[in-house]
Amino acid sequence: MSLLKVTSMTHKFGGLLAVSEYNLTIEPGQIVGLIGPNGAGKTTVFNLITGIYRPTAGRIEFNGQDVIGLAPNRIASLGLARTFQEMRLWRHMTVLEHVKMACYAKISYGLAGAFLQTPKRRRQEQEIEERAFASLKMFGVDQFASQLPVDLPYGAARRVEMARAAVTEPKLLFLDEPTVGMTPEEMMAMIEIIRDMHNKLKTAIFLIEHRLRVVTELCQRVQTLVFGQVIAEGNPEEIQNNPEVIKAYLGEEKVVA
Amino acid sequence: MNLTFFLQNVVNALQWGSFYALIALGYSMVYSILMLFNFAHGDIFMVGTYIGFALTTAFIALSAAGIVVLPNWLILILTIILAMLFTSCLGMLVERIGYRPLRGGPRASAAITGLMIGIILQTTVLYIMGAQRVLFPSLIQTTTYNVAGVAVTNIKIMIVFVSIALMIALHQFVQHSKWGMAMRAMAFDYAVVPLMGISINTIAAMTFAIGSALAAAAGIMYGMAYPIIDPSMGILFGWKAFVAAILGGRGSIMGACIAGFLIGFIEIFVATIFPSTLRDLIAYSIIFVILVFRPHGLFGEPYSARLRL
Repeated sequence: MSLLKVTSMTHKFGGLLAVSEYNLTIEPGQIVGLIGPNGAGKTTVFNLITGIYRPTAGRIEFNGQDVIGLAPNRIASLGLARTFQEMRLWRHMTVLEHVKMACYAKISYGLAGAFLQTPKRRRQEQEIEERAFASLKMFGVDQFASQLPVDLPYGAARRVEMARAAVTEPKLLFLDEPTVGMTPEEMMAMIEIIRDMHNKLKTAIFLIEHRLRVVTELCQRVQTLVFGQVIAEGNPEEIQNNPEVIKAYLGEEKVVA
Repeated sequence: MNLTFFLQNVVNALQWGSFYALIALGYSMVYSILMLFNFAHGDIFMVGTYIGFALTTAFIALSAAGIVVLPNWLILILTIILAMLFTSCLGMLVERIGYRPLRGGPRASAAITGLMIGIILQTTVLYIMGAQRVLFPSLIQTTTYNVAGVAVTNIKIMIVFVSIALMIALHQFVQHSKWGMAMRAMAFDYAVVPLMGISINTIAAMTFAIGSALAAAAGIMYGMAYPIIDPSMGILFGWKAFVAAILGGRGSIMGACIAGFLIGFIEIFVATIFPSTLRDLIAYSIIFVILVFRPHGLFGEPYSARLRL
């Protein structure tokens, strides 16, 4: 059974066709990439699957369950985590608190625990902190645990966001342009971090990227989205050599550069 | 102004400020997580007072009839706890039917919803209780202690202590419970919170519940200190507490508490110096001037509203 199966998903914003007849299958442990020029609808695809928008038509099955119409928090609880292109961190909470927040569902000490130092609270806090530190360490940001994200270097803040998404060991992780705004060196480091995490957790990953290098290094399968439609799908080599992709995507890259 | 006179007014201002601070917390918490002002909050305070009135009256009647004989102090504690509980249910109901369907809609709709719910609550109480003022039953014999010439009543001591205890409990809740952590996160960035598997609706309902419970506690203690209550009591009190929430810095818990006490102090001291008819005119002119120099409030930050302590 596929982990994620999206069939003929279509979404309209008013009269604008943002995503049209979109299909996607992700198997457990697979890394799939989604590339395309700005405004192609890549982030919309993420928002539709994670429940932020409700598709106009189509089916989405996650882990065998129909998730259309479920609230984003329910879908997240099923084991789908994500990061954001524009890094959404809570500016005044420490890095450790960010990662602990993601473990919310694991906290079961209630009011008693909040007001008194109950043994249950102490045990759970310790468990969660251990998990949180393990996750921060995996992304190489454990030394920032007590700092605020605003005081972190850009690359480190991005990794905190990923640590927050990965700490619950989701079945599927959506990464929205994890290397945006990075230098080539930082980009290469990020590729290694994602690869390491994938080796350790075996999480399936769905990756939006602008840079072909990231996709060719990491993904087994790549889709190219242009104006809300998948124009090509295949392994990274096929995509790189596909004339449609070169015209629509690489062509525009040149103009942008 | 001699020292005794000054201290006497400090005591009075602490009591008066406690009411503003407790009510301001409700405005502030809701604003910080949902970015809307619950303009029905003053009337929730009023309903909380009336619920307290009804419970006290019922308990006293039960005791008088010999059915359940309870000592007065126990009646007071039961009344506060039950009224906080019932009023928090009212707060959740207001959120559920008044605000949740409008979430994501225009901000102005949510604002007038609050005003309309306020009117509905007032007229409902007016219909049930009538327009005449009612006397809040006195449960505790007022005892006045004379501390170095300053008259302190047991009721004033109770009010200040219960208020501060509630504020500390709220602080503890927001800092150390998972729901409090979610509230703080929602105040920073609302949209990411559901992706941690947290239901925004649950946290929003909880925030309304807590704010309303604090308002009910304020209402009962107000009834103990100033035992004449009427269905329009929530309007002016609500507006003044709202001023405290803004003056404290939108979304700041500590700011709301301090600003509540500050407004209490300003009102009381203005009233000792000037004729009492000029009290609000002068007091709120002062607050206006403070806001001109600190437009984001005492503890507010520009362009942000977040639950801070």
